[in-house]
Amino acid sequence: MSQLEIKDLHISIGDKPIVKGFTLTIKQGEVHAIMGPNGTGKSTLAKAIAGHPDYTITGGDVLLDGKSVLAMEADERARSGLFLAFQYPSEIPGVSIANFLRAAVHARMAEGEELDATAYYKKLYSKMDLLKIDRKFTSRSVNEGFSGGEKKRCEILQMAMLEPKIALMDETDSGLDIDALRIVADGVNAQRTGPVAPGIMLITHYQRLLDYIVPDFVHVMHDGRIVKSGDKSLALELEAKGYDWVKQEFAAANA
Amino acid sequence: MKPPTEIETAVALETNPVAGIDQTKGDFKYNVDYAFDAGTGLNETTVRYISSVKKEAPWILDFRLKALKTFLEKPMPTHWATKDLENINFDKIRYYLSQGQKPKRTWDEVPDDIKQTFERLGIPEQERKFLAGVEAQFDSEAAYSNIKEIVAKQGVIFCNSTEGLREHPEIFRKFFGKVIPTADNKFSALNSAVFSGGSFIYVPPGVKVAQPLQAYFRINAENFGQFERTLIIADEGSEVVYMEGCTAPKFSTSTLHSAVVELVALKGAKIQYITVQNWANNVFNLVTKRGVAHEDAEIKWIDCNIGSRLTMKYPGVVLKGERARGEVLSIALANDGQHQDTGAKMIHAANNTTSNIIAKSISVGQGRSTYRGVVHIPKHLKGCKNNTECDALLINTNSRTDTYPAISVKGDRNATQHEASVSKVSEDMIFYMQSRGLTEAQAMSLAVNGFINDLARQFPMEYSVELKRLIDLEMEGSVG
Repeated sequence: MSQLEIKDLHISIGDKPIVKGFTLTIKQGEVHAIMGPNGTGKSTLAKAIAGHPDYTITGGDVLLDGKSVLAMEADERARSGLFLAFQYPSEIPGVSIANFLRAAVHARMAEGEELDATAYYKKLYSKMDLLKIDRKFTSRSVNEGFSGGEKKRCEILQMAMLEPKIALMDETDSGLDIDALRIVADGVNAQRTGPVAPGIMLITHYQRLLDYIVPDFVHVMHDGRIVKSGDKSLALELEAKGYDWVKQEFAAANA
Repeated sequence: MKPPTEIETAVALETNPVAGIDQTKGDFKYNVDYAFDAGTGLNETTVRYISSVKKEAPWILDFRLKALKTFLEKPMPTHWATKDLENINFDKIRYYLSQGQKPKRTWDEVPDDIKQTFERLGIPEQERKFLAGVEAQFDSEAAYSNIKEIVAKQGVIFCNSTEGLREHPEIFRKFFGKVIPTADNKFSALNSAVFSGGSFIYVPPGVKVAQPLQAYFRINAENFGQFERTLIIADEGSEVVYMEGCTAPKFSTSTLHSAVVELVALKGAKIQYITVQNWANNVFNLVTKRGVAHEDAEIKWIDCNIGSRLTMKYPGVVLKGERARGEVLSIALANDGQHQDTGAKMIHAANNTTSNIIAKSISVGQGRSTYRGVVHIPKHLKGCKNNTECDALLINTNSRTDTYPAISVKGDRNATQHEASVSKVSEDMIFYMQSRGLTEAQAMSLAVNGFINDLARQFPMEYSVELKRLIDLEMEGSVG
């Protein structure tokens, strides 16, 4: 079974340290919710693990199945089995979702190996059926003119198609109304069972998402590291008491 | 030909083995012994030599000599065009090289080295698959020229300009040099003086040629100038699609390609002219292309410019008859050290004529692309319409694009619209694609293909597939 080990990770943007000693292990099939106030380093963590060039790793390590990914380019990390669902996905004008995914699937194949286009479309359509996505959807250009909900569904479809070992989902609930949230959550839940179920790091600001995607673990992040871990009840406690509670506890612990 | 569906293209991309014309494939040469060689440099003797080996009628020699005079008199157009033109050394160019003036009708008769060249470029295979006729020019003359019997039986003439002048002077002379006069510009004059090869096509009234006719222009020799001359006449109510491809090996010295292409679409005729040029990056590609569309006729240029050191090319349509339609769909990709100076000209000369220009350019690295266009609708006309769209995509921060649209619409009974945009491939977009497993080069290539997608979809499938492959290759080389 695959796993992602994040060990005492330190990340800076320019000279500014953002993540300061983050440690967590995510196994395939598990859902870990990362919660915390704005500016605490949640998104930085996800992007840096995915290999965004703007972030510098200043300490620690990230291992996928025991192998460090830090020396790899973003695309190599992706092909090794990491997936980042973006908070703000980019538009790619003129490139249909079907063609984009085909290129991504092709990129995972050995050099010289031919992609079986018929088999590809068969798989794509079965994933779309699973996620209850209309067939017309994939002929649209990637994210171009999409509503917030459509963008997130597009991310979930890509995740389903690429079958990552570990998915980092960055604020997947942002900008969604309750109906869109439910559809996206259903899409994630549909991928939580079966042989290709990924390990999921679910980054969210609000407890609301966790009503629909029930996590196995909840971690509260503050000032660049995990300050509290628990099960799903921690999210409810957090919702009731607010983040100030964590901050106070954290301050008391450090006093 | 209808545009491919998404699935057709996807399948074709995976399965299409047609070799086509990428630069790595084109970057080879054979040492050929030329039986006919006009030597280096240009003067009256050169022109007389070319005319004599072609056994031309006296009026053609006169035409050439007058053109030479015009060429020598005309200054370089560097008051508006790039100074790089001054780097062409006309004294160091070889103006005519051939192994003979009569093209072969079967590939078996073509000399081995030349035959191998075209086989490596995939031409005979394409001919079998989807073409009505092929002319394959090697340096100055066509080495192979053939038209399928079924098309020839309809009265369609498809041969090179040398044969056309010799065997069909009554049609040739009537239209030759009428669309593009010798003195149109310095390079049309040069072509008129030393032209050799190129296609001559005549389609009789009402004949619709079902499959495309294709010409392939191959430069094999160093320090060489290729000056093909193409004349296509579509008689009343006829239809024809013509496609051309071009390659040359990479030499350290520069090569000159300066063609003149004239199209005549008579009443109700339709001509579609498709170019996928992929010159090596030492080629000066200075081409004059223009068509005249008579009443209810339609001329459509599809022009894809990849490669070359400098391309200057502005396909034009003179809309001479009422309700004539002209269209230019242009794609240019300028990589490091390249300048694509391309565009379109639409000259409205009758009522209710319409023209459409869609130009997309991509600048990579220090590549530079320029759109230069002319749309002219005089005051006395009515019901004329023009639409011009120019979109530029910049890949790197040091890439450059310029747009010079000159649209003059007089009077209040005509309409025009013009849109221009410049966009950049952002780092976020590249990271997004990389996070899905695409390499940086693949990501760039996909972004570029997306940018031209709406245009490329209008191309015949074989060409849109080929274009995609060429762009992939260009982008692969552009990422460090």
